Amino acid sequence: MSVFLAKRFLTFVATLLGASIVVFLVLEILPGDPSMTLLGADADEEAYAALRLKLGLDDPAFVRYFEWMWGMFHGDFGVSYAYSVPVMELVWGSLGLTVPLAMFAMAITVVVALGLGVFAASRHNKPGDYVIMTISQLGIAVPNFWFGILLILFFAVNLGWFKAGGFIQWEDGIWLALKSLFLPAIALATVQAAILARTTRSAVLETFREDYVRTARAKGLTRSQTLWRHVLRNALIPVITVMGLQFANLLAGTIVIESVFSLPGLGKLVFQAIANRDMPVVKDIVLLLAGMVIVVNFIVDVTYAVIDPRLKVHDV
Amino acid sequence: MSEEKQNPVMAALSLMMRYRNFVIGAVLTGLVIVAAFLSTVWTPHSATDLAIRSRLQFPSLEHWLGTDHFGRDILSMIMVGAQNSLIVGIVAVGIGVILGVGLGLWAAARRGWTEELIMRFSDFTFAFPAVLSAIMITALLGPGAVNSILAIGIYNIPVFARISRGAANAIWSREYIMAAKAAGKGRFRITIEHVLPNITSVIVVQATISFAIAILAEAALSYLGIGTQPPEPSWGRMLNDAQTYATIKPYLAIFPGAAIFLAVLGLNMLGDGLRDILDPRLTRGR
Amino acid sequence: MALLEVKNLDVTLATSRGPARAVRNLSFDLDRGQTLGIVGESGCGKSMTALALLGLLPENGVTTGSINLDGQDLLTLNEDAMCGVRGNRISMIFQEPMTSLNPLHTIGRQVTEPMLIHQGMTRDQARDEAVRLLERVGIASAAQRLDSFPHQLSGGQRQRVMIAMALSCKPDVLIADEPTTALDVTIQGQILDLIADIVAEAGMALILISHDLGVIAETVDRVLVMYGGAGVETGPTASLFEHLAHPYTQGLFAAVPKLGSGGRRGQGARLATIPGLVPELVDLPTGCTFADRCNIADGQCAGTVPTVHDVAEDAGHRVACLKPDDAKRQFAPAEAGR
Repeated sequence: MSVFLAKRFLTFVATLLGASIVVFLVLEILPGDPSMTLLGADADEEAYAALRLKLGLDDPAFVRYFEWMWGMFHGDFGVSYAYSVPVMELVWGSLGLTVPLAMFAMAITVVVALGLGVFAASRHNKPGDYVIMTISQLGIAVPNFWFGILLILFFAVNLGWFKAGGFIQWEDGIWLALKSLFLPAIALATVQAAILARTTRSAVLETFREDYVRTARAKGLTRSQTLWRHVLRNALIPVITVMGLQFANLLAGTIVIESVFSLPGLGKLVFQAIANRDMPVVKDIVLLLAGMVIVVNFIVDVTYAVIDPRLKVHDV
Repeated sequence: MSEEKQNPVMAALSLMMRYRNFVIGAVLTGLVIVAAFLSTVWTPHSATDLAIRSRLQFPSLEHWLGTDHFGRDILSMIMVGAQNSLIVGIVAVGIGVILGVGLGLWAAARRGWTEELIMRFSDFTFAFPAVLSAIMITALLGPGAVNSILAIGIYNIPVFARISRGAANAIWSREYIMAAKAAGKGRFRITIEHVLPNITSVIVVQATISFAIAILAEAALSYLGIGTQPPEPSWGRMLNDAQTYATIKPYLAIFPGAAIFLAVLGLNMLGDGLRDILDPRLTRGR
Repeated sequence: MALLEVKNLDVTLATSRGPARAVRNLSFDLDRGQTLGIVGESGCGKSMTALALLGLLPENGVTTGSINLDGQDLLTLNEDAMCGVRGNRISMIFQEPMTSLNPLHTIGRQVTEPMLIHQGMTRDQARDEAVRLLERVGIASAAQRLDSFPHQLSGGQRQRVMIAMALSCKPDVLIADEPTTALDVTIQGQILDLIADIVAEAGMALILISHDLGVIAETVDRVLVMYGGAGVETGPTASLFEHLAHPYTQGLFAAVPKLGSGGRRGQGARLATIPGLVPELVDLPTGCTFADRCNIADGQCAGTVPTVHDVAEDAGHRVACLKPDDAKRQFAPAEAGR
């Protein structure tokens, strides 16, 4: 493993650790004693004490933190206060919606944005470029949940092509499930694709100005050969950086969009949990989402090293 | 070229064309600000009084943008909602600028482990997008406008810390800083006298764009019901209400969303325009 | 008919401040085995001339005149046909070896690329040829180097790779644009010698572009001095340095303390004896572009296009100046003092 990757891996682990400590402090320590919330103010002292013992609340904070972490590593996510079932059970079903939705949206984002961005760059300062840049300028400003509502109004209510909301489980057919995620994914992807298309366009244009691109042209490569062989891979580096950041936005956006389309994902689960003061569920979901963002950022770092040979040996 | 010099109208038009981002952005942003200020003294109708008899009306001369399910005038609500969006933006960006720029400047001035610590800290706060930190804060403190502002503000801190540290590091390596050091000035004085003034344009541009993001985030949180609480009008909340009736009265969902869209578009274009004007080098790739 | 005949070449760049005439009415001939040096300050149009020969001007550039390669006017060729010329019949070596190689591709991939697109070689053939080329330009353990990336090479090695790449299709014309400017002084001489040897060996034509009279004097047999986009003096190297017929050439020369040292000098020092600045290409004077910096110019010069005079007719040494006799007189004392 290169110095670059080793360093990034350490950062990755430290970031996960830091995030988990923040989540623990904010959602476990600061809220105070949950036995009051769970039993109400009228229960007797013994009941409080029994519950506190059962939940392990009398242990020192760091013991509770390590128990929580240890459990997370072994798939034991704790028990929901509100439903008295393992959090894992609640989360697992929701993950099966939220993660595919975010990935679906990311896929749409990448395909649309790279296509439009490269096309706009190849039509630099021509009508096609202006049209795409104007559309993307507008696209960046669209609130995704509003766009979701508009999509429902048009494609579900007016045209009847899709259902207005709800999720068809994967067991009932992959295509049906994907179809029920299609409008939400479009709503999520639009803004991100607009941002990424602009990034891609500037990255490609920047790269076209590089000396080695001039060298490639001087060798006799055509413009399109130069684009495919020399420009795209170099232009990908800033594009991937933005993609990494966008994944975080997509996950956060998923929570909002699930609400627009009444999808039973992590978003819905976490809001129910907040309403129920069901801290173990909130805590686990927030850490899961943050963890996914951190993992994706690490994958981005690894991708850098794959694309750029300079990172394989040298430190940055 | 020569005609422009002779004709001041043409000259003004061509200048506006060159800085069209700035012009359009300033007009749209100005519109939001005017609406917000105007609504403190006058709105076409009350934005909060319920008038069940005139509920769910289509846009008319009386109610330009129609009424909602409680008979409230949509235009008036949007105008009052602009206040809300502006306040959220100002406070949340303010938190980000004051703490973030402070941390960024500190990191650039101290270097070494202080910088490392601050940057690693900002690294992992990136794992918590605004909505996620809002969820944590809501779970801790309950829903509300103040809490959502706090969440967005916290999210802004690392954004500004990073950008100001990067810009400040570039300034610290300039010759005139060496000269100031040689003259015996302390790090704090150099930061205030030389570094901060030179990174202002970068911060102003980022602040404009963060303002747009803050308005979007607040609208999303209010839409989810964990931001501004009724009866205080907010654009996100209005969209949530509208969705219930959207199938029969689609216009309900159009106008509040369009308000958010135009405000965000205006601020984004203003930010791009400011960047064109303040730092022409950055626009090369666009 | 010469191998390369450039006639009345004009390059105009459309800028926001109006058309900039980067090259004006430039003509020169070049035959196989001949070497031509183009010298002048930055912005005099020498690099634009090179890019025009390859048809690689920026998008806002327009070229008129003619560039005949073996009787074929390159300016009439379409883009596809030009791609067949670049890297195949005319090759170019650029100034910045650090940034002129693609950082993400191996050396082997970059050196073989021209052979693959122009000569229809298989990958293996091209690789074998690449090893030979790298050995020829002095890269140690060439076969292993094929799999290296540019960042693993020094500046001098990278420029050697650039040379190997430019030579790969045995071009008729090699253009070297400031090939040594970015290199260490100790490496400069080696690279120049390498270029000169290879050109002589293969009998190709060389255009060496430089701001450095020392580099020019050592390497080429003919010199073209450019100022403000136009050729002001041209002739065989020996004759040119003997007569220095144009006031601008004299200025360039006077700023060089010792001719032939090949050393690198700062731009400011070199031009200290020429007052004023390089003219703006957007609003050039109508007459002699050098008039406002020239110490023998009078009121007539700025408004009149300079006429061409023979300095040494048999050698083809010509100068574009309205007052060649004054220029000659002014140079004479300096010559006597040497």
